Amino acid sequence: MKVGVLALQGDVREHMAALTACGINPVEVRRPSELASVDALILPGGESTTIAQLSEIFGLFQPIRDRISAGMPVYGSCAGMILLADSILDAKDGQKTFGGLDITVRRNAFGRQVDSFENDIVFKDGSDDLVHAVFIRAPWVERIGSEIQVLAAVDSHPVAVRSESLFATSFHPELTGDHRIHRYFIDEVARPALEKVK
Amino acid sequence: MTEVKGTGRVKRGMAEMLKGGVIMDVVNAEQAKIAEDAGAVAVMALERVPADIRAQGGVARMSDPDMIEKIQAAVSIPVMAKARIGHFVEAQVLQSLGVDYIDESEVLTPADYKNHIDKWEFTVPFVCGATNLGEALRRINEGAAMIRSKGEAGTGDVSNAMQHMREINGEIRRLSSLREDELYVAAKELQAPYELVKEVAQAGKLPVVLFTAGGIATPADAALMMSMGADGVFIGSGIFKSGNPAQRAAACVKATTFWNDAKVIADASRGLGDAMVGINVADLPAPHRLAERGW
Repeated sequence: MKVGVLALQGDVREHMAALTACGINPVEVRRPSELASVDALILPGGESTTIAQLSEIFGLFQPIRDRISAGMPVYGSCAGMILLADSILDAKDGQKTFGGLDITVRRNAFGRQVDSFENDIVFKDGSDDLVHAVFIRAPWVERIGSEIQVLAAVDSHPVAVRSESLFATSFHPELTGDHRIHRYFIDEVARPALEKVK
Repeated sequence: MTEVKGTGRVKRGMAEMLKGGVIMDVVNAEQAKIAEDAGAVAVMALERVPADIRAQGGVARMSDPDMIEKIQAAVSIPVMAKARIGHFVEAQVLQSLGVDYIDESEVLTPADYKNHIDKWEFTVPFVCGATNLGEALRRINEGAAMIRSKGEAGTGDVSNAMQHMREINGEIRRLSSLREDELYVAAKELQAPYELVKEVAQAGKLPVVLFTAGGIATPADAALMMSMGADGVFIGSGIFKSGNPAQRAAACVKATTFWNDAKVIADASRGLGDAMVGINVADLPAPHRLAERGW
């Protein structure tokens, strides 16, 4: 499986390192040709406004939307969750997203940087193990569609959600050195979704 | 464990999210919106850009809280603000306003010529300037969660930023080449704590994100700094002291992402109008050099 990390802005390096630790040889995606070469994609943490804008300027916006509709597995952390949401609140005027996940996400929902926090949360992947989660100016999910599964929540706000091929967390597993979330994406989301497309 | 705020990881992690981006100086809400629309990852709210501080002289201080709040209300991206070196009350005020990052900055007039702010005492993260590795490590030891090379602010002359990036990265490469028993003397020479020196020697990089600042005025300047190993770029006077701020801002964002693609930088550099006029750093009398502030 060839996994790309959208490398326009943000904590690309940390996602690349997490994928490498999972035995994947990841590639950075900045151009349409690089996007075409990958089976699955990670949208990193960063500024969602900047990443969306650069995607449009460099001709990646529509191709990413098309690949998402065609079933490409995608994982988004924080800004990546915002970019996967069908609708967003507290956005910049006219801010666009790739969409694909039938959710509404509120940007900076937990507050400003002084409210950023870390905590252990339950990740409901069947094991109910605790995952150490780092929230930085993090969004939360305010509405979920009927097909959406909630995998983790903080104070009843969903912070990890998935559909068949799309997975998003409002926290940053790439900052902790614990690669279970990346493994979950590869083994439980991406592999089954790609098998099905075949 | 229970929920904890203001940890080293959330402070340093915030800077990780800014990587590959451009942080722009703005003096009002209108400029902040232009910066956000151009793709800035954050804005630095201040009353006068460094070029004006330089031209007008006098004591430069923290900005008016009203002005910072107007900028916070205008944009969805992070808002940073500057406190004077050692002025921990200005920093407390900025934290109470909910700014996302504080720049303890040599661009403002220092409040303390011996000590910097004890940044561990704060929930809000700090970025500090450095001209060399020892200075960067002293700031990290005081709690800085992000470092920027200083350059010479408000000049549009990139030569000092270049020199500081070469200095910092050269010293890191040198540390990595030393035997472990030589790191004690290296720490003495750098005037930095041994533990941090050892960490840098082993990792081959700073333990926090390293941006660059001071004198960056063109897309090619931004790309030059990225190719020198910067994680991102601060642009102060370079944008809003130029002929066409919106277009120049967007061009610098593009060049920062595609710093290793000369064709993209060429396209971004076309038809931008006048860059800021600028001052050669060599022509600045020593007392007017801001980079020398910091100890």
